[in-house]
Amino acid sequence: MYPLQNGIGNLIRSLFPENAMLINSTISIISLLLLVSLLPVFLIWLERKVAARFQARIGPMRVGYHGLLQSTADGLKLIFKEILKPEGADTFVFFLAPILPASATFLVMAILPFDHHLQVADPAGGVIYVIGISGLSILGILLAGWASNNKYSLLGAMRSGAQMISFEISLALVMLLIVMITGTASLREIVLSQQGSVLDWWIFKLPGLGAIAFLMYMISSTAELNRAPFDISEAESELTGGFATEYSGISFAMFFFAEFVNMFVSAGIASTFFLGGFLAPQIGIGVIDMLFLLIPGFIWFFLKTFAVIFLYMWFRWTFPRLRVDQLMYLEWKMLLPANLILLMAAGYFMAMGWVL
Amino acid sequence: MKKKNSPPAVLLYLSKCSTGFLSLLKGMGVTISYFVQPGKIVTQQYPENRDELQMMARFRGHLSMPRDEKGDHGCTACGICEKACPNGSISVLTTKDISGRKILGKYVYRLSQCTLCNLCVESCPYNAISMGRNFELAVYDREQLTFVLNETKGELQ
Amino acid sequence: MDLHTIQIEPGTNGTIPEGFTRQDPSKVSSEEYFLNMGPQHPSTHGVLRLVLRLDGENVLELVPHLGYIHRGIEKVAESQTYLQNIHLTDRLDYLSSHINNLGYCLAIERAMDIGVPERAEYIRIMVCELQRIQSHLLWWGVSGMDLGAITTFLYGFKERELITDIFEELCGARLTMNFFRPGGSFADVPDTFIPRVKNVIKIMHKALQEYDTLLTGNIIFQERTKGIGILSRENALSYGCTGAVLRASGVHYDVRKDDPYSIYPSFDFDIPTGSNGDCFDRYYLKMEEMAQSLRILEQAVARFPEGVYRSKVKTAYKLPEGSYYSQVETARGLLGTYIVATGKPQPYRVKFRSPSFSNLSVLNELASGHKLADLVTILATLDFVVPDIDR
Repeated sequence: MYPLQNGIGNLIRSLFPENAMLINSTISIISLLLLVSLLPVFLIWLERKVAARFQARIGPMRVGYHGLLQSTADGLKLIFKEILKPEGADTFVFFLAPILPASATFLVMAILPFDHHLQVADPAGGVIYVIGISGLSILGILLAGWASNNKYSLLGAMRSGAQMISFEISLALVMLLIVMITGTASLREIVLSQQGSVLDWWIFKLPGLGAIAFLMYMISSTAELNRAPFDISEAESELTGGFATEYSGISFAMFFFAEFVNMFVSAGIASTFFLGGFLAPQIGIGVIDMLFLLIPGFIWFFLKTFAVIFLYMWFRWTFPRLRVDQLMYLEWKMLLPANLILLMAAGYFMAMGWVL
Repeated sequence: MKKKNSPPAVLLYLSKCSTGFLSLLKGMGVTISYFVQPGKIVTQQYPENRDELQMMARFRGHLSMPRDEKGDHGCTACGICEKACPNGSISVLTTKDISGRKILGKYVYRLSQCTLCNLCVESCPYNAISMGRNFELAVYDREQLTFVLNETKGELQ
Repeated sequence: MDLHTIQIEPGTNGTIPEGFTRQDPSKVSSEEYFLNMGPQHPSTHGVLRLVLRLDGENVLELVPHLGYIHRGIEKVAESQTYLQNIHLTDRLDYLSSHINNLGYCLAIERAMDIGVPERAEYIRIMVCELQRIQSHLLWWGVSGMDLGAITTFLYGFKERELITDIFEELCGARLTMNFFRPGGSFADVPDTFIPRVKNVIKIMHKALQEYDTLLTGNIIFQERTKGIGILSRENALSYGCTGAVLRASGVHYDVRKDDPYSIYPSFDFDIPTGSNGDCFDRYYLKMEEMAQSLRILEQAVARFPEGVYRSKVKTAYKLPEGSYYSQVETARGLLGTYIVATGKPQPYRVKFRSPSFSNLSVLNELASGHKLADLVTILATLDFVVPDIDR
């Protein structure tokens, strides 16, 4: 069925009946690559502006209008820097490590439903695919810390690896909750199960539990992304760089960009699972609902994703950092039991028919 | 977790969860109040606002020898400021005028050594020197930091 | 894979960096390693080198290496006159430069029996308390930033800018003030001083509430500071700690109340004292100190008298032969100024007892047994300024 069921895809199918699949796939993959390349540029600018406004200042203003070209300039600078390799570092692993998180995020991005018919692929086990591929990011960070031949990097990588593996469990359990309620693991079906009004979104449909599940997802995904308040691996004031201390130039840029695209992907999954994905919010007033339906689906998807990204940024610029053992305590002794109880409660709710 | 006599550990755990969560929400409320109010922005765009930038009256930027309307300065080459300076940033070089009296020849001021402590200005009995308000004093050549104050016109640019 | 660890083989001393205790080789675990938090580090608050002996994440022992910013202030002071030395005291603990100046001027006034007019005393009190608030605001911002809440840095500096502007209007400088002189100050306060101080008081009351919401009440912050770095009362007294570090351990000592100087006895303020001696107590005490300083400022503004701002102006200060000592409470603790004079225009010896040096000496006790992340918290709450340690 996929990709490109829309007008362009049909046009190509009529022109090239034999190679339609190949050409459609190529077009969709290239457009996704373009998106993945442009997204960190925009997100880094957004992060700096949002951070500045939280801190009562203005942010980048000089490079381009209101600093829009700032991250392009930073990226260009990083590309021109010398790529150093520390003495004694394992060359192959050292240069492989930044590629893994970037490719992992790109792979997950491929199955995000941007619109009714804008999805590169829709495997039936989409959720399981997402959970599996996230492991590649962890591998990349661990390899980076090990291959750097540096005590600081190793410390940072170990902390980060332990953190990410632990919070994967919470993440998986929350996704399991959604799969249990919707009865399907395909991302597109999950979005379509939220059709109807705004109150049909999973964050509202399960009374109370939906909001708690969304909160759990936010906490777990913030920890997966190595963002504050869980950014011990990048804690500048303690380890001056963490696992990426020895990286410079484009390798460092890859880690950096991978983190931001990962943020977009996590937010995209949050909006898919809880906020209705590409569906327009129908609030019950006829005129406004008609207007909302006119706006294409992928605009809604981006709006909702950016709202969740704003939440991530809000967390980062407000809270102090948690210590490693406190982080582990949070996951194993607070989030995991809460998740299990949530699962049981959701099952009970479903059995009782309390799903709105 | 330590067991307490009262209340039971589970209740303690749950109450800590709820108060902790509320404290986090309150903290988020503080930062969002700064986000939504652009009136709270305190920074200024520096090189663009040079025209409006006004230093305070007593600002200690660099030493200068102001001149009055007729173009005269008030220095009599008494040398008190040279003695008052802690690290020798001032050299008062005297010369004799036609009638043989001691007048100021060159007033050498080394900005590279000056700590801007203001002792010279305080000690001058004739108010001949004062601290200027210019703070953009960076140069590419160290020799440009030695000024002859009685040969510059008005405040240093 | 060579990780540059220093292995300590049983039976030998191994290559232990200097300063560490000789361990019993049989009790040494081969997992230990030495880590250098070098002079350039974002959270050592200056150029301080810490060599740590770590076991995984746990700090076992710690040796600080000083001297990276030693400028020989006490030696330079021997070759300059008394008046010229005042601008040197600015550069000791540059965050409390007014209070440092005051300590030095008090010693000279005691030596030469110079009285201070009432207006000058009020100016001194107000300026010193403003300096205390300013220093604590910077400390608060930097503490939050060390712990991960980067926004606190900007908020602290936003309020601090108000006070820095007052000082700029008052004496022309924003960091190294050189304002006080023996007998008063070198100039009177400008007309806008009192309105600005009233504005600061009003804004600081609101700001302190905001800081409490943002950081003090935050559960993450409390978990990171409560129970960390507990300093017992005996240790605090025997190491000579002063300031908030001492008061957090339960010792009720503040120079302004117990060995008062200037006209502090005429003001009504409390000295908050802690009970646990952990990081949270030290933090909370400094927040309370800011509130008490605001109280003093309100009283001073209400009773600010007219008069002269300086009593005696001499061309050269020649202290009579003898030794003179004065104590002041800076933002960090007790600063002692000891002058040995021989009747010449220059002092024979000037010695500063710096509070940061004694507060730093207790770091090994506090940090042993805690994790690396806690070390950063302890460094933040001990609140020392490295130029004060090295002079």
